[in-house]
Amino acid sequence: MKAAIIAQLTFREGLRKKLVLGVILLSLIFAVLYVWGFHLFVQDWRAMEAQRQSRGATTILPYEVFASAMVLLGLWTVNFLAGVMTIFAAVGTIASEIEQGTLHAIIPKPIHRWEIVLGKWLGYAGMLAIYIGVMVAIVTMTARFIGDYRPPNILQAYGLILLVAFMLLSLTMLGSTLFSTVANGVIVFMLYGLAITGGLVEQIGTALDNDILVRIGVIVSILVPSDSMWRLASYLVQPRIAVNFLGPNPFGTTVPPSSLAVWYSIGYTVVLLLLAMARFQRRDL
Amino acid sequence: MTSGALPQCSDWAIETYSLRKAFGDRIAVADLSLTVGYGEVFGFLGPNGAGKTTAVKMLVGLIRPTAGTGRVLGRPLGDHSARRQIGYLPELFRFHDWLTGEELLDLHGKLYGLSRAERRRRIPEVLELVGLAEAARRRIRTYSKGMQQRIGIAQALLGSPRLVILDEPTSALDPLGRRDVRDLIRRLRADGVTVFLNSHLLSEVEAICDRIAIVNRGRVIALGPMSSLLAGDLAVEFRLGALPDGTLHALERLIQVDAVQHGERPVLIARAADEAAVAHAVDLLVRAGVPVYGVIPERRSLEDLFVQLVSDEQAESG
Repeated sequence: MKAAIIAQLTFREGLRKKLVLGVILLSLIFAVLYVWGFHLFVQDWRAMEAQRQSRGATTILPYEVFASAMVLLGLWTVNFLAGVMTIFAAVGTIASEIEQGTLHAIIPKPIHRWEIVLGKWLGYAGMLAIYIGVMVAIVTMTARFIGDYRPPNILQAYGLILLVAFMLLSLTMLGSTLFSTVANGVIVFMLYGLAITGGLVEQIGTALDNDILVRIGVIVSILVPSDSMWRLASYLVQPRIAVNFLGPNPFGTTVPPSSLAVWYSIGYTVVLLLLAMARFQRRDL
Repeated sequence: MTSGALPQCSDWAIETYSLRKAFGDRIAVADLSLTVGYGEVFGFLGPNGAGKTTAVKMLVGLIRPTAGTGRVLGRPLGDHSARRQIGYLPELFRFHDWLTGEELLDLHGKLYGLSRAERRRRIPEVLELVGLAEAARRRIRTYSKGMQQRIGIAQALLGSPRLVILDEPTSALDPLGRRDVRDLIRRLRADGVTVFLNSHLLSEVEAICDRIAIVNRGRVIALGPMSSLLAGDLAVEFRLGALPDGTLHALERLIQVDAVQHGERPVLIARAADEAAVAHAVDLLVRAGVPVYGVIPERRSLEDLFVQLVSDEQAESG
């Protein structure tokens, strides 16, 4: 299939472009800070624990609640960085290639236009799968080897963070077939920001038991279900005791989205990609 | 204005019927009907903004026509099965400049569906053909504009196409590069390849094209073999010795005298129906004892024709 040629090209382009180099550099900084931070946390915990024991006091909360919070923060950062990286990488994938004219020699070749869109999607998806995989592994390994803590359901969390990246990829690519690069960047970032805010509003609504706030959050998560998938990931990756202790909070939730929401997100990702294909099929260059 | 009997549809490499493209209110191509025969080198001319590039983009499927139909290599516009046989150099050629020349051709070879073996054989061939063999392993980013145009031409020829559509292929080339492209097009013609050439450079078109179309405001205003479009009256300048009035009158029966510069050595500007008429006129002058110092035929150039047609149109509508 010709889409594979474009996927390969997109993947190689990502590797050779400076953007990815920058992301890798930033991610390295993140990794170093995270390892260091986790190390400090473990040190502090042990110091406090030693103090407590010398005073003869009992432990109020188990270690895993705090270790889990550290993992949650790490994964939240990974999820956020992956979202930003997805949007940055794909924001001009169709639009700027039309603006620059690099597609003009490709489209008249014996390849369907939808194969070009699908190929690009697959190329980016492959890059994101590797990137997110490496980042999740860094967080997990840090927790395990520095904090001696193993978060539950880490593979499901990886899959859900990947789903967040893929749905943002579909959204960004659809925008790229409709708008100029700059306009698309503005629109997609606004939607991404809206999703995050919507998630926060929903958490506040849950904490205050305010139905309207919760409903606003739900409506936003239908428009852009990225944040709701993150919250499901965060719910799964924490032990129950940690979820209950933290309660509604900016990084997690006590009310996980249902499996229906997961199917909705998958459908959302596929439908937006199909719309991008259909739109590009008819576009004049 | 096609020559000869009306041919079968499949006799044309390109045929369009009343192609039209409007972008909102702006009409880029109003009504484009033309035919290009197999094996021809076809020149597509027109002033800036005449809709040439839009027309070319419709031929290769980058733009969908608003109305009208067309066929390329016997297949409807944008059809997939014809694409394997079409090579196209876009006007604004920009390639993925982080690839090397060789990698770019490998990519386009894959898009054409060439096997690994075919690519391995064909890529050095086309690189040689456009004179880029030395630069094959350099990133395209480091290429000069002319080299980028050459790699664009290489990409268009990669699939050994039956039809090559070149949109301004020499815009970035120096005179030597232009000559190379002219030679290349001649070689393609010798191989039986149809070449559709969109160019501003009238001298270039004049030198290599068999047939041409001139478009203005999205319409074809002239279409036909170069020789017959440039034919018509033959302009001749006669440089003579003393010319008696009687001889001038006799001469006027053979050729149309437009102007006479009297003097010791009169100069006559005249138009003849053909070369035979010029020969008769010379014969008459010699018999009448008029010294003939020179007979200079003035071939009408493509530029003359172009300027005349386009400015006539402008004047009519203005």
